[in-house]
Amino acid sequence: MPAKATRAAFGEALLDLGSRDERIVTLDADLSKSTMTAAFARKFPERAFNLGIAESNMIGVGAGLALTGKIPFACSFACFVVGRFETIRISVAYTNANVKIVGTHAGIAIGEDGYSQMGLEDVAALRALPNVLIVQPADELETKQAVAWAVAHQGPVYLRLTRQALEPVSAPDYRFEIGRWATLKPGTDVTLVASGGTVFNALEAARKLEADGISAEVINAASLKPLDEDTLVRSAGRTRHVVTVEDHSIAGGLGGAVAESLADVLPTPVKRLGVTGFGESGEPRALYAKHGLDPAGITASVRKFLGR
Amino acid sequence: MSDRKLDAIARACRVQIIRMLTHAGSGHPGGSLSVIDLLVAIAFGRLRHDPRRPDWPDRDRIVLSKGHAVPALYTVMARAGYFPEEQLVTLRKLGSPLQGHPDRVALPGIEAATGSLGQGLSLACGMALGLRMAGSPARVYCILGDGEVQEGQVWEAAMAAPKLGQPEHALDNLTVIVDYNKIQLDDFVARILDLEPLVAKWQGFGWPVLEIDGHDLPQIDKALDQAEATRGRPSLIVAHTVKGKGVSFMENNPEWHGKSPKPAEAVAAIREILGVSEAAWDGYLATDRTTHALVDELRALDKK
Repeated sequence: MPAKATRAAFGEALLDLGSRDERIVTLDADLSKSTMTAAFARKFPERAFNLGIAESNMIGVGAGLALTGKIPFACSFACFVVGRFETIRISVAYTNANVKIVGTHAGIAIGEDGYSQMGLEDVAALRALPNVLIVQPADELETKQAVAWAVAHQGPVYLRLTRQALEPVSAPDYRFEIGRWATLKPGTDVTLVASGGTVFNALEAARKLEADGISAEVINAASLKPLDEDTLVRSAGRTRHVVTVEDHSIAGGLGGAVAESLADVLPTPVKRLGVTGFGESGEPRALYAKHGLDPAGITASVRKFLGR
Repeated sequence: MSDRKLDAIARACRVQIIRMLTHAGSGHPGGSLSVIDLLVAIAFGRLRHDPRRPDWPDRDRIVLSKGHAVPALYTVMARAGYFPEEQLVTLRKLGSPLQGHPDRVALPGIEAATGSLGQGLSLACGMALGLRMAGSPARVYCILGDGEVQEGQVWEAAMAAPKLGQPEHALDNLTVIVDYNKIQLDDFVARILDLEPLVAKWQGFGWPVLEIDGHDLPQIDKALDQAEATRGRPSLIVAHTVKGKGVSFMENNPEWHGKSPKPAEAVAAIREILGVSEAAWDGYLATDRTTHALVDELRALDKK
């Protein structure tokens, strides 16, 4: 499979699943061309609603539709949709409405548009809400399976997707399961837990580290809520050093979730790699390099963390 | 149902509102008393629903967007048979299905989790749209508070509603009512953030607007009929009401937005609601055992 943006994979999955399930509807806030629901909207215009630049209403209308038996996908950039937190909290989470909130343009990887369009705190915010499950797929295959799972799951879901193309990382026979993490590469010296846009870089970093005699285990944490605590604890118990890698703030996202979990069950040193600050304009690869999220940056951080 | 019967139900509901708030020791009497006539007119005048089947797909829905007035809704639901009237005194108690603000998970029959103001209209629009898409004849009634109309999300929904689903699934199954009692929490609405010209604003957004006295049952009925008859878009009813209606010391008084009456105040309120003078009260209580028992029940709260 060639590299593909998970937002693109999402759009294709919608078209496929939506043609077989009439309950699926889409909602957008004037970003349908960017969230990639546009193809679905062209094919099923009576089931696609563009609420204009009014995300709170979009979310609320989605919740209302869910309460009449529809399966709404309410889509916008991660920062804009999760930014309407109170509406998600009450109309979706507390109501337990069957809304699938889709936040695209995750992280600094969106590049030149800069800080105001970057989703950097969305996972941290939603983790605190009961009822909302959080999934960030790492490639096309995983995305399509995650969307199918989301349709089947009864209850609110937050799906975090990328603007940029992601290289395939999943095995061809991979099956997405909520609350289960795939170990992409076994290792014994350090556990690298990555999610979404950083998984491939974590794998590349692990290859570099291997060459230097450091055995890194690489885990794809697509299921952010719930975590796969079993896999995490087993790996942390073996390596005794955990590094998290995410295109998100280092406060409260994957790193925060991992640190909370281990502190509870198996206190382990955890180094959180991610974004500090608001993000900025720049070419995506340059941004990743600046924030230490490219393979070289991850490798350097791991070596420093291990004192090797 | 005749207006006289609806009047009697509204009176009984007012008594229960006072009763349950006194037991709870907290809650919102002013806005509950201003909205009760509207709720009674809808629920007992025309709502198609079945208390034994709160999930009936084609039921009419009430979205009480001004969720803090939920005591009013609870009294209506109890009277309709969703739960025993005795449960009303469990309002806001730990573990009670009668949560301080509407909770559709805790209490079957509640349509939406409201109370965080500004979200109900969007929900109501989504419901109305979904019902139209399903070919259901059901209607959705959404009740907003006037202070609530200051929330931006209300205007997002107001902008969208006349356009959503056009033309096949236009939201003409949606009737929205603003309980315009002119008072919010901190003060009179006009002194906090005046909404005028309220009617013109909604008309500017494409809504047909009817203005009524929100305590006049024939006017309420006529306006609801007119809304129902309007094809092609949803309707708005601006209902001029009195906060605390029915209790002289609560009427038009911002103090009674979110304060529950003490037992002695509750008894005085109930006397007024029943239309009995102070002089005639003791004599009246001797003839009305139910009210007498209620008065005793409330007085007993003082001793706790």
